Order: sequence, then structure tokens, then C-alpha cells
Amino acid sequence: MRWSKTPSRSLRVLALPGPRMGLWTSFGLVVLLSTLLIVAAPTGEKRISIYSSAANYTLPVIERNGQDYVALFEALEPLGTVSTNAQGPRWKLRYNDVDSEFTAGKRRCRIRGRDWDLPANFLLDNGRGLVPLASLSVLMPRFLGGPVMFHETSRRLFVGNVAVHFTAQVSKGTPPMLVMDFTSPVNPRIATEPGKLLMVFSHEPLVPPGSQILTFDSKIIPSASYQEDNGTAEITVTASVPLFASFSNDGRTITIAPAPSPTTQASIQPPAQLPLGTPTVSPPGTGTTAGPNGSISFFVVVDASHGGDERGAALSDQLAEKDVTLAFARRLRQELQNRGLTTLVIRDGDTTLSPDQRAGMANSAHPRIYICVHAASQGHGVRLYSALLPAGGDNHGPFLDWQTAQSSFLATSQAAVLSLAAELQKGHVPVRTLTAPLRPLNNLTTAAVAVEIAPPAGSASDLNNADYQQAAASAVAAGVLAVRDKLEAGR
Amino acid sequence: MIPRHLLIGVAIMLAVALGMGVFAWRMRGRATQTEPAAAYTQPVAPPVSGPTEQVTLYVAYDDPGILRAQPAHIPLPAGRQERAQELLRALVGLYVDKLSSPHPLAPGAEIRDVYLVDPGLAVIDANAAFADGHRSGILIEELTVASLVQTLSVNIPGITRVKILVDGKARDTLAGHADLSDFYDVSTVNQLVLQLQSSQ
Repeated sequence: MRWSKTPSRSLRVLALPGPRMGLWTSFGLVVLLSTLLIVAAPTGEKRISIYSSAANYTLPVIERNGQDYVALFEALEPLGTVSTNAQGPRWKLRYNDVDSEFTAGKRRCRIRGRDWDLPANFLLDNGRGLVPLASLSVLMPRFLGGPVMFHETSRRLFVGNVAVHFTAQVSKGTPPMLVMDFTSPVNPRIATEPGKLLMVFSHEPLVPPGSQILTFDSKIIPSASYQEDNGTAEITVTASVPLFASFSNDGRTITIAPAPSPTTQASIQPPAQLPLGTPTVSPPGTGTTAGPNGSISFFVVVDASHGGDERGAALSDQLAEKDVTLAFARRLRQELQNRGLTTLVIRDGDTTLSPDQRAGMANSAHPRIYICVHAASQGHGVRLYSALLPAGGDNHGPFLDWQTAQSSFLATSQAAVLSLAAELQKGHVPVRTLTAPLRPLNNLTTAAVAVEIAPPAGSASDLNNADYQQAAASAVAAGVLAVRDKLEAGR
Repeated sequence: MIPRHLLIGVAIMLAVALGMGVFAWRMRGRATQTEPAAAYTQPVAPPVSGPTEQVTLYVAYDDPGILRAQPAHIPLPAGRQERAQELLRALVGLYVDKLSSPHPLAPGAEIRDVYLVDPGLAVIDANAAFADGHRSGILIEELTVASLVQTLSVNIPGITRVKILVDGKARDTLAGHADLSDFYDVSTVNQLVLQLQSSQ
């Protein structure tokens, strides 16, 4: 596209007849632009997900002549060695040692020397061979030489025995918890809204349970439903109270429990897994909570940093940061609960979670304070951090800039840091307070503090010293209790 | 019978071929005796020329975990962008010095480029060794970031925001902690530097 140096000429001509005409012109332009925006607005793109032992991937579905098509090269390429050769209308594809031939505009094709009929014509689109989506259940087994299961309506294709199954049951404790066990680690996007918790599995070959509606003998979590659509599987858990999800057992278990503070205002929460663009979070104040008797409820989210594939710092030859943070987070939860403070641990196992997921989960639960735990071999004692906010974007109405969502809560976070520092000093634990450019502190819509524990003295192996961890965890818990009033007032 | 002049021609050609073979053989032997040039693995040193100027480097010290402002005299070119590059190369040069580094960086760590983008944006491009070999930890990483940003903004007036790239690409964190996904606001980093100048 070539840009003119006088692009506004047409606008100037339109504006010439005078102010009245200019008004009509402006109105017309607004209508025209609005129409263009509506017409040009992106609609939900159709996708197909393919799951195999080699790779799980998603491809766009292309509509041609009212039929859904998919590019055959892209469908096979992650699974083996593929080459193509186009000669006029004829298009040859070789997958590993399997030869095939298609003809543009024809249904008949030849694979492994045998003819097959496609449900619609084969198409060539700028050298890309497009086959009807419905033909994948026939074509893929011929190329791959093994069984393929295709959920055509939801566009999910399973190559071989890769399915992930799950069970769900509600424990009879107080409060009741829905425990979902999966046969392989899962990492869904999680979103909450009043009365529902939605988990979207984009990359996992999750298959439906025996019944798509699961009912539980619980008034708080009465049911869950499974559905598939557009290359994803979704589990929706319905409940009479706001819910909170946590991962454990290396990502094989998701525990869904009532969040301790029921929200009084309906608000759409950000999904737990967000792109790095400019996601939004619920505005400050939507987390204002009250218990059934009108008293303000209070709970803490503790986040063991790193985990799963992300080991964090190598503190010594045998000691990874992720293990120290998990041990300390569990100790801290115990200390907080000993003081009557309800505590949720976001990572209670060896699970990989992104900073966006952690922030999304914490923001959804509306805790009064978020504490993330880190460990380091440098220096000694405990370092406490509040967020160092990046050069921020602008808030738009009720939507906060994701990167600086913490800005309204920074004063409360700093008050919490001072309280924790005071208690650590009382416990004779060396302490230092700083700010840090550390995610997800800047994405949280509550008081947020990072605790970095360094060895008391000497070597990094002392980080695992139970007495030291206990003293630090006890002081941090005491600090949270001491600042409780300020945290409640800070919402 | 073969003509005489043809025999003489063939004899001369054989003699020339034999001579060239002997010459090539001797040259080959001489080449193998010459020691190969050592593989050059160190970063290219900045050009040291022109008058030196006094600048203030914000140097990280791991032992107390602080940042100290210290004067240094380094040769600086005239261009604003080139000055920025030489400043940070001098700073990183302190860190990669094996004998006296107060805040060791990985061998081969260097600043590839600094781009000054008006208005007020500086982009620091570090190489892969700088980030891949960096030690992991909140404090240790933020000392590096604050040291780079503060040294740049104090000595090159007009910089208000700084972005750090690694090998020309955006990166989530320096070594698992310090966020590199966004722009650093110089005024915010100033506040951080004040905190980092005290070990309390």
C-alpha cells in the first residue's frame, strides 16, 4: 500500500461547504466508520486442535464454498517429515514414506497407492493443499498408520492413545472441596464469575467423563458440566459461593474450594492465564466483601514461586529454589492458620504456573494480602519487597492497566512490608525492605508482598534449616496479623 | 619419429610441473609449521581514544547488596548514543573483571548496543551471555538492572524510560526474577537506587 502525502485532501473537500455541511459530514463519517468497524470486527476464529504423543497443536480452519477446510501440510508437519510438490492442478504430498496425490477441484485422491473419495473437492490455495475438515478422520489414519479419534463437532482430533481422563468428587469436609484428578498434568485457563468457575483446556487432550453433567451431593458445589467447542474442552463448576482453584500433585489435581470471602458485587474476573498483551483486571473495590453476618472476612494467599519446569535459582548443587519456596509456603500457611487467618496456597505441588496465572488466580479470590515466596543464596536474612511499577499504561474506565494494577494498593503493600519487617526484627531475623521489578506483584489488585529468604549465615544449605524457616514464617505470620486492620481498611 | 622440438617442449613442461610440485610441497610444510591464530572469544574492547571524561558509574556490590555511585574517567566519543554505549561497556567491564569484580557477570557478558529513541527512551541491548549466565535472585538481578538504568540516566540527560533487550529480543526476566517485559521508568528507578544505596 502506498501512502499519499496529502491523505486528508478528501476530508478537506468534504468540509468545505460550511459548518452545517461539516456537521452532516461528520455524522456521516461516524456512521460509516461505525459500520466499517462492525463489519470488520474479528469474529471468533474457527480452530482445530490435534493431540498426539509428539505434539499438541492448533490449526486455523478455513472456510471455502461453505465448507470447513484445513491445510494438510500443517496438519501433518508436527508429526513427521513432510514434503509437497505441486504441478499444475496436481499436488503431491509425502509424509515420512507415505506418498499421496490430490487434484485441485477433484474429490478423488490417492494415498499409499489406493484411491479415496473426499467429502468435498480438494483445493489448492497459493500452493497450500486444503482438504475438507470432515475428511481428516479418513486421511489421518492412512498417513499415520494408526487409530485416530476425531470429535468433528468440536474439532478435536486425537492421534493414538493420548486421551487425558479425569474424575471429580466433592469431599465431605467443611467447607466442601471439589477434587478433580487428571491422568496427566493439566494447565487450564481459569476464569470465575458469580456462581461459576470455568476451566478451559486448550492444550490438553481431555476427554469427556461418562456423563457430561456431573452432580454432587453438596449444596455449595452442586454440579459440574463438561463441554467441547472450537478445539477446546471446558469444565464449568457451578456453586452457590465464589470459588477458588489450586493445583497440586504436579498439576494432576485441581482442588476447587469456596473462596473465604464471598463477593457482594458481580464482576468479571480475568482468566488465570492471560496473554502478555494488555489484559485487564477488575477495578478496585469489586473485591469489597462481607460475610453472611456483615462482618468483613479476611484471608491470605501464599504463592510458592517457581515450580514445575521452572526451577528458579540453583541455590546449591542439590537445592532448587522451587523446593525451598514450597516448603516455606507450607510452613507459612500453618503459621497463619495457627493465628486464625484463613490461607490459600496457590502452588501446593510441583506445578508450572506463569505470573499471569498466579495473578489471575489471586485476583479472582480477592484476598486481603498476597505473599509470594522466593529464596536466594546471596546475602543473609529475609528481604521484603513491594512492587516497583513499570512505566505504566493508562486505565480505561473500570479497566485497570494490567502492568500497573497494583498502583492503587501500593501504600497498603508498603504498610504490610513494614509490619512484617518489624516482626522479623523482633524475632532477631535480619531483614531488609526494598521495592523490586518482580512479577506478578505489579498485576495484583490487593496488598502484595514478596518474601525472599536468604541463608541465616554461612552456606545456602542452611536455607532448609527447619528452625530458621520456622522463625521466619512465624514472624511473617505475626506481621500479617499485626497489619490486619490496615489491610482491611485498604480495600 | 617424434619431432625434436616436440620432445624438448614436453621435457620443459615436465620440468616446470616437477618444480611447481616441489614448491607447493615446501609451502605446505611451511604453512603447517605456522601456529594457528588463537580463537578469539572475548568481546571486542571499546575503542579507547580521545580525551577522558569524568562520569558517575552506579556500581553494584554483592557483599552488602548495595549500589554505590563512584566517579570514573573514561574516554567518551562525541555522539550521544555512542557515549551511552561506552558508558555501559565501561560499567559491564568492571563486572566481568575476574579479579576484582564486585558483582560478577558471566564471562563474555557485554552490551551489544544502546539505542536512544526520542523522546526520552533508551533501549539497552545486552548479549545472550549477559542474561543466560546471570545469577538468579531478586536482589542480585535488580542490582544489575538498577546499575545499568541509573548509570545511563545520570550521565545521559533526557532519558526518562529504559527498555532492556537480550540479543535484540524482548525477554520476560533477566534470570527468573527481574522483569524485563516492560519499560523502566527512570524516576521510579531513582527511588529504588536510593533504597539500594543503604544496606538496611
